[in-house]
Amino acid sequence: MQKSLHINPAKCTGCLQCEMACSYENEGVFNPSKSRIKVFNFEHEGRFVPYTCTQCAEAWCLHACPVEAIRVNRGTGAKEVLTSLCVGCKVCTIACPFGTVNYSQETGKVVKCDLCGGDPKCAEACPTQAITYVDANWTGLDKMRAWAAKTGTSHAA
Amino acid sequence: MAWTRKVLRVNLTEGTCKPEPLNMEWATLYLGQRGLASKYLISEIDPKINALSPENKLIMTTGPLTGTPASTGGRYSVVTKSPLTGTIACSNSGGFIGAEIKMAGWDMIIFEGKSPKPVYLFLENDKPELRDASFIWGQSAWEADKLIRQKHQDPLIRIATVGRSAEQGCLFAGVINDLHRAAGRSGVGTVMASKNLKAVVVRGTKGVANIKDPKAFMEAVRKGKEVLHNNAVTGQGLPQYGTQVLMNVINEVGAMPTRNWREVHFEGAHKISGEAMHEPRASDNKPNLVTNAACFSCTIACGRISTIDKEHYTIVNKPQYWGASGGLEYEAAWALGSDTGVDDLDALTYANFLCNEDGMDPISFGATVAAAMELYQEGVLTTEQTGGLELKFGSAEALTTLAELTAKGEGFGKDIGLGSKRLCEKYGRPELSMTVKGQEFPAYDARGIQGIGLAYATSNRGACHLRGYTIASEVMGIPVKTDPLHTEGKAGLVKAFQDATAVVDSAGICVFTTFAWSLEDIQPQIAAACEGDWSMEKLVTMGERVWNMEREFNLAAGLSAKDDTLPPRLLKEPANTGPAQGRVNELDKMLPEYYQLRGWNAEGVPTSETRQRLSLG
Repeated sequence: MQKSLHINPAKCTGCLQCEMACSYENEGVFNPSKSRIKVFNFEHEGRFVPYTCTQCAEAWCLHACPVEAIRVNRGTGAKEVLTSLCVGCKVCTIACPFGTVNYSQETGKVVKCDLCGGDPKCAEACPTQAITYVDANWTGLDKMRAWAAKTGTSHAA
Repeated sequence: MAWTRKVLRVNLTEGTCKPEPLNMEWATLYLGQRGLASKYLISEIDPKINALSPENKLIMTTGPLTGTPASTGGRYSVVTKSPLTGTIACSNSGGFIGAEIKMAGWDMIIFEGKSPKPVYLFLENDKPELRDASFIWGQSAWEADKLIRQKHQDPLIRIATVGRSAEQGCLFAGVINDLHRAAGRSGVGTVMASKNLKAVVVRGTKGVANIKDPKAFMEAVRKGKEVLHNNAVTGQGLPQYGTQVLMNVINEVGAMPTRNWREVHFEGAHKISGEAMHEPRASDNKPNLVTNAACFSCTIACGRISTIDKEHYTIVNKPQYWGASGGLEYEAAWALGSDTGVDDLDALTYANFLCNEDGMDPISFGATVAAAMELYQEGVLTTEQTGGLELKFGSAEALTTLAELTAKGEGFGKDIGLGSKRLCEKYGRPELSMTVKGQEFPAYDARGIQGIGLAYATSNRGACHLRGYTIASEVMGIPVKTDPLHTEGKAGLVKAFQDATAVVDSAGICVFTTFAWSLEDIQPQIAAACEGDWSMEKLVTMGERVWNMEREFNLAAGLSAKDDTLPPRLLKEPANTGPAQGRVNELDKMLPEYYQLRGWNAEGVPTSETRQRLSLG
């Protein structure tokens, strides 16, 4: 069963545990600036939004790459960057409609979420379940459930 | 090692920034943050100096866990000599700048001297630079934050700044970081402004890579997060209501200081409580509380993000306050509300916004307004001195107007900026000041909760709840329930809390974790992160060492056992209602035992045996 990262901004408190878990898993350091998931803080609205790669089915980053350095992991569905092939041309960062492929000045390669090989550490570290890893066919289940609960049929005569 | 081992020394007089190695010998004795920076301060300044002279130093400091995923590991402290109390001051803040300083590669920044003109420090990883601050001098902390962001065009910088109150010499000005987190108490912001230092702007991209045993550390962190999550206070109460969960609780215990501590019960408490912040208001059907918010790395998220009713008189024509910002914490709601008798939630939230915007400690500000209101009621102050303001208890308008005036240092706000002690002395009624060592009390009446009275009287930075939070035991039963009206055993309780808190403050984590965590939960995280031996025994001794070191600074600064006292109101005027009715604080029963347990002589001075035992050189 393929799974997806699912984000519920309403539950996010902006603590950045996800960013640190991501950077530790993937870079071996606790460093939000190296995280592949980013929490945005909309200060005056009191809103926090974790944001990362959606692993599009028809991934534009993958199609745009001129050296085929972005490949699909058949097990997880993640679009992964093969750093040995990446030439750092940044075409994928332009192609991505969401900005979730980023260039690292340090390595000269691009970086993006690879779902930690099927065990995403951001979801594990999140203290409020704002980030969960769910069945990819049912990414809308929580929202459906919430709306379904509003029908109030239990009170009907 | 979890230290970066680097200290940045900024000489403001000469305009120089120089790196130097961290004194690791001291780090193994004092761990970090509060302990280690206090050691630096004490070694470098004469305790007798004027706190607002260039001879004073200001240290911004992180702990070894700051910047790590240890829950709440985002704390930093500002350590200096306090202009409000004359004692050592260590003011602790969350938000994100502490982690950023660490990730820029620094354990602490020592500011010395005084700049000839307003400057700010721009610190990008290894590159520190003092820059001209003339474009932000005279601006509020919020406006300065905005202008700095515009100038640097970098959305990811973190900013700590002082507001106009600090520039105007208000003696309880704090340092505001991330717009609404504050190193709020003891006037550390006033010291920063006295050095012509307006802001510290940091961008750190180096991360914290130097954990001793990352695998063991992550496991200890995971366990710690689980304990916090499963605890009723840190897992449910604080996320849902913030510290404001206490408003109704403390009121019921009969220990809610009200109208400058003349009463111990506030009839309007439910209107300004955590519960009230959830209730929809009439005008727009939206609650005061927008969401809870976390500081860096914090899995509790007690922070409040609030809005004010747009139709409320305070902001009806001021769109700049229509957005969401830092809302009421318990201490602020009490000081701005119960202590002044004001029960208008929107007015309190507005006053709280102003405290954040211009860096005023809301506890000291509210408590000083309360003292002014009593002076007014007593006829000592009249509208002649107050510039026409009627300072009646319960007047929301008096409160919000004074917040505006004090923030800018105008009119009678200048007098409020003196703090309660100096204000009451100025008008000839010193006994009406509810302070210890010149610092205003926090929100727990020491007649209804005996142990906290001893904690106030002996706190090294003047009246304070964060130096030994016995409320945990006396009210909430953590780790064991003790009777709040009894004095037996309280000396030992206070000492244990004081020493343990010094450890927590030195590690770089938040004291709120201790609602769920004991030192047994914290120790494995420190031990896995830091080089060296950090056994339980060593940690407890370290906390005690920090406490005694701070005490010695104060004694050298001219304080003595005489200052370990409470105002006459708490010692002589019995509580008038509730469970504590008829009681005063029986400090005289607890203090001698406390001195004895501390290993101090009858004058409150650490004996030579104590000094030797704690390796206080």
